[in-house]
Amino acid sequence: MNLTLKIWRQKDASTKGKMVDYKVTEISEHMSFLEMMDVLNEQLVNSGEEPVAFDHDCREGICGMCSMYINGEAHGPDRGVTTCQLHMRMFKDGDTITIEPWRAAAFPVIKDLAVDRSAFDRIQHAGGYISVNTSGNTQDANAIPIKKEAADTAMDAATCIGCGACVATCKNSSAMLFVGAKVSQYALLPQGQVEAADRVKNMVAQMDLEGFGNCTNTGACEVECPKGISLENIARMNRELMKASV
Amino acid sequence: MALDSKVPKGPIKDKWTEYKNHINLVNPANKRHIDVIVVGTGLAGGSASATLAELGYNVKAFAYQDSPRRAHSIAAQGGINAAKNYQGDGDSTYRLFYDTVKGGDYRSREANVYRLAEVSANIIDQCVAQGVPFARDYGGLLDNRSFGGVLVSRTFYAKGQTGQQLLLGAYSAMNRQIARGKIEMFNRHEMLDVVIVDGKARGIIARNLVTGEIERHSAHAVVIASGGYGNVYFLSTNAMGSNVTAGWKVHKKGAYFANPCYTQIHPTCIPRSGDYQSKLTLMSESLRNDGRIWVPKNLEDVKLIREGKKKPTELSEDERDYYLERRYPAFGNLVPRDVASRAAKERCDAGYGVNATGEAVYLDFASSFVRYGTEQAKVQGIKNPTDAKIKELGQEIVKAKYGNLFQMYEKIVDENPYETPMMIYPAVHYTMGGVWVDYNLMTTIPGCYAIGEANFSDHGANRLGASALMQGLADGYFVLPYTIGDYLADDIRTGKISTETPEFEAAEKEVRERIEFFVNNKGMHSVDYYHKKLGKIMWDKCGMSRNAEGLKTAIQEISDLRKDFWQNVNVPGTDTEFNEQLAKAGRVADFLELGELFAKDALEREESAGGHFREEHQTEEGEAKRLKEFQFVSAWEYKGEPKDAVLHKEPLEYENIEVKERSYK
Repeated sequence: MNLTLKIWRQKDASTKGKMVDYKVTEISEHMSFLEMMDVLNEQLVNSGEEPVAFDHDCREGICGMCSMYINGEAHGPDRGVTTCQLHMRMFKDGDTITIEPWRAAAFPVIKDLAVDRSAFDRIQHAGGYISVNTSGNTQDANAIPIKKEAADTAMDAATCIGCGACVATCKNSSAMLFVGAKVSQYALLPQGQVEAADRVKNMVAQMDLEGFGNCTNTGACEVECPKGISLENIARMNRELMKASV
Repeated sequence: MALDSKVPKGPIKDKWTEYKNHINLVNPANKRHIDVIVVGTGLAGGSASATLAELGYNVKAFAYQDSPRRAHSIAAQGGINAAKNYQGDGDSTYRLFYDTVKGGDYRSREANVYRLAEVSANIIDQCVAQGVPFARDYGGLLDNRSFGGVLVSRTFYAKGQTGQQLLLGAYSAMNRQIARGKIEMFNRHEMLDVVIVDGKARGIIARNLVTGEIERHSAHAVVIASGGYGNVYFLSTNAMGSNVTAGWKVHKKGAYFANPCYTQIHPTCIPRSGDYQSKLTLMSESLRNDGRIWVPKNLEDVKLIREGKKKPTELSEDERDYYLERRYPAFGNLVPRDVASRAAKERCDAGYGVNATGEAVYLDFASSFVRYGTEQAKVQGIKNPTDAKIKELGQEIVKAKYGNLFQMYEKIVDENPYETPMMIYPAVHYTMGGVWVDYNLMTTIPGCYAIGEANFSDHGANRLGASALMQGLADGYFVLPYTIGDYLADDIRTGKISTETPEFEAAEKEVRERIEFFVNNKGMHSVDYYHKKLGKIMWDKCGMSRNAEGLKTAIQEISDLRKDFWQNVNVPGTDTEFNEQLAKAGRVADFLELGELFAKDALEREESAGGHFREEHQTEEGEAKRLKEFQFVSAWEYKGEPKDAVLHKEPLEYENIEVKERSYK
C-alpha cells in the first residue's frame, strides 16, 4: 500500500517543531508500524535527509520504549498493543497517517518523536521499592503463603511497562494509572505492606512535583493502555493515600 | 599469558563456601571511598549495581535505554530455574548442576556451574522479598513448571513475563540506592571504550546519546554487563539496540573473548515474513510443556497446506509426524533447544515446512485443550461434557497460563492460535560465548569483570531454558559482590582515580576520531545496508549448521564487507545531537570484527557441541558428535585484525560428572 505520513519534526527541546509530510510506497500489510518507519528512514538516509528519531528497542511490546501518538491515539488504532506491535494491516492503501510524540508537559521532546520520560523514574526513586537488602539471607520464599487472587492481582498491576501512553492520552496528562499500578502491586503483597503508607505518600508527592495532572475519571488511560492496566488501580491508590493520610 | 581459572581447591560442594571464608573483605568505612562502574542494567548489571551500592560502594551505572528498566532481560518470558525442590520431584543442587553441564554439552566450567546451582534457591527468596509476583497455587505457595532438557519442575514464573518482573525487582532495588545517592544513573549513555591505567581497568569513555557529549568516568573497577551479541545476525530475538560494543572494547584492550561460535538458535520463534523484517519474536519455551510440535507425514499434504487448500486441523493424528516425540521418546517435546532447532531444520530441509517460505513447523495445543478440559469438567462436576465444552474449558486453562503469548502471536501473525496451530521456526536468541572470565568473574584485564550473558562461563555450548535469568541474578546479587571485594581490598588507599591522565586522554581521542570519521564520511550505503549483509553471511554460513568450506568463505566475505564499510558507510546528521544512526554505526563496526572472529572460532572447533554443529562431525543418526580433544575453552587474544587473533586454551576437567554421550532419547 501507499501512504502519506504527517510526522512531527523537532530538532531538540528548545527548537520549535512542525508537521512534515512524507510519502512511502509498497508497504506490506504484514509489516509492523516501526518497520514501516524503518522503510521511511532508509529512504531519507539514502536521499541525504535526516531520518526521523523515535524510541524503540525490544520490538515485542515489553520494554516500553516505543511511544508514538498515531492518528490521535497513543500506540495507534489497535487495542492492547504497543506501537511496535501495531501492524500495517490496520491501515488502508491511500491513508494519511498522523504521527506525533507523546504530548505532556512532564515529557519534554528530545527530538522528533522521542520524549524524555525520566519523570517516571524519579517517581519510582521516591518509593517504588521494598526496603530489603539483596543479602540472600531473607526468609524462604514459601514462608509467607500469599492468596492466589492477591498474587494474580498484584501481577496484573506489575505488568505495566512504563511506556507513558496513559499520560499521553489523558486530557489532564495524569500519571495516576502508572503510579496506581506500582502502588497497587506492593500494597497487595504482604512484603510491600510494611512501608505502604510512606510509599504512597512519597510517590504521589513526587508525581505532583513532576507536573502531571490530576485524574478526572475519564478512563482514556485504561482504554489506551497496551497492557490493560485497570482503573481499579487508581481507586486502590486513592484508598491507600486516604488510609496513609488519616 | 597463561589462563588461570582460579577455581578454588577442595570438594565441589565446599568450594564456594570455603572461598567466601577466606577472601579479603573491604571494611564498610573504606567502601565509601571506592567507585565501581557497571555497564548495562539488565538482570546482571541491575542486580550488581543495587548490591554493590547496598554494600557501600559508589556505583556509576550506564544504560543506552532511557531507563534501566528497559534492558532486554525484560523480554525473557518463560521463567527462572532454582533447585528449591518445592515439588518434591527429586530436585537438588547436584541435579541442577548436572542438568546444566549436560545441557551445555560438557563445555562449561564445573565449579562455576555448581556455584550457580548452589545460589539459585537464594534468588527466589530474594525476589519474593522484593515483591516479585511469581505465580502461586491455590494454597498460596509458589508454582513451578518444566523446561527443556530436564526431568523435574524447577522453573518459577510470572505468567509469560518472568524477565520483566525480575528486572523490575532489580530496578526497584536500584531505585532505592539511586534515591540514597549510592548509584549515579547514566541513562541514554553508551560505553565506547575502557581505560587501562598501570595494567588495571580504571574507567570508561562514554557518550551521552542525547547531546553527543563524550565523557570520562573513572572507577576502581569496571563491570561489563552488556548482554549478548546475537544481533551480529541482524535478525534475532534481541532488542534492536543490543550490541557487543562494551564486550568488544574490553577485548581489544586485553580481555580474551571465549567461544564466540557458541550461539543459541531458539526453536520456537515466529517465522519470518519478509525482507523488511527488523527482528524476530520468541514464543516462550514454556509452550513446549503443553504444545506438541509436528509437520505432515506426507509431502502431498505439505503442498496442499502451502497452497491454502488444506488446513492443518483437517489432518488426522496418523497423518501427522510428531517428530520430536518420534525421535526422542524420553524427553519428547521438551528436548533442549539445540536439539529441537536442528530437528526442525532437518524436517524443513527435507521439504516438510508448512508455510510459503518452507521454514515453519506447527506447535499445536489441541491435545492440551482436551486434557485440561476433561480435568476441569471433572473438577466442576460437569457430567457428559460435549467436545465443545471440553475444548472451551481447556482453552481457559491454557489462556491463564500463556494468555499473553497467544495474544502476542495473534497480533503479529493475524491468526488465532486457539483455533489453528501456531507456526514456529528457530531464530538466534542467546550467545553462550562471551568475554572470558575466571572463577571471580574477572576478565584477563585486572579490575575488569564480565557478568551475565556478556561472559562465557556457565552454559557451555548450549544453555538450558530458564537459566539465563538465573545466571544474570546469581552473578549480580550473589557472586560478583563477594569476588570484587577480594580485588578491591587492595584499593582502599588508592583514592579517587583522576580522569586528567594521558590514558584517559588517549582513549578519548580514539573515540572522538572514530565518531568524526563516521559523521564526515558521507559514503553511499546506510549502516543497515552493511548490518543486513553481515547478518545474511552469518545466518547462511555460521547458523544452525556449519562446514569448513562455508566458514572459510564467511571469513573472507566478512573481511571484504568490513573494508567496504570503512570506505562507503553513510551516517547522516551530526555528532552533537540525538543521532541513532551514528550510535548504530559504531555497533555495526564492532559486529563486523566479532563476526569474523566468530567464523574463525567455528572453523577451528572441528567437532559438534551444543549450538555449534559442524556437518563434518555428526553421528549416523545426525546427532552432534563431540570430540575429547576439543574439551577446552577457546579464549581469543586480540592482535589487530580478527584473522591474527591468538588462541589460548583452558582445558575443561570433569571430576564430578561423567562425560557421556548426550542423549535425550
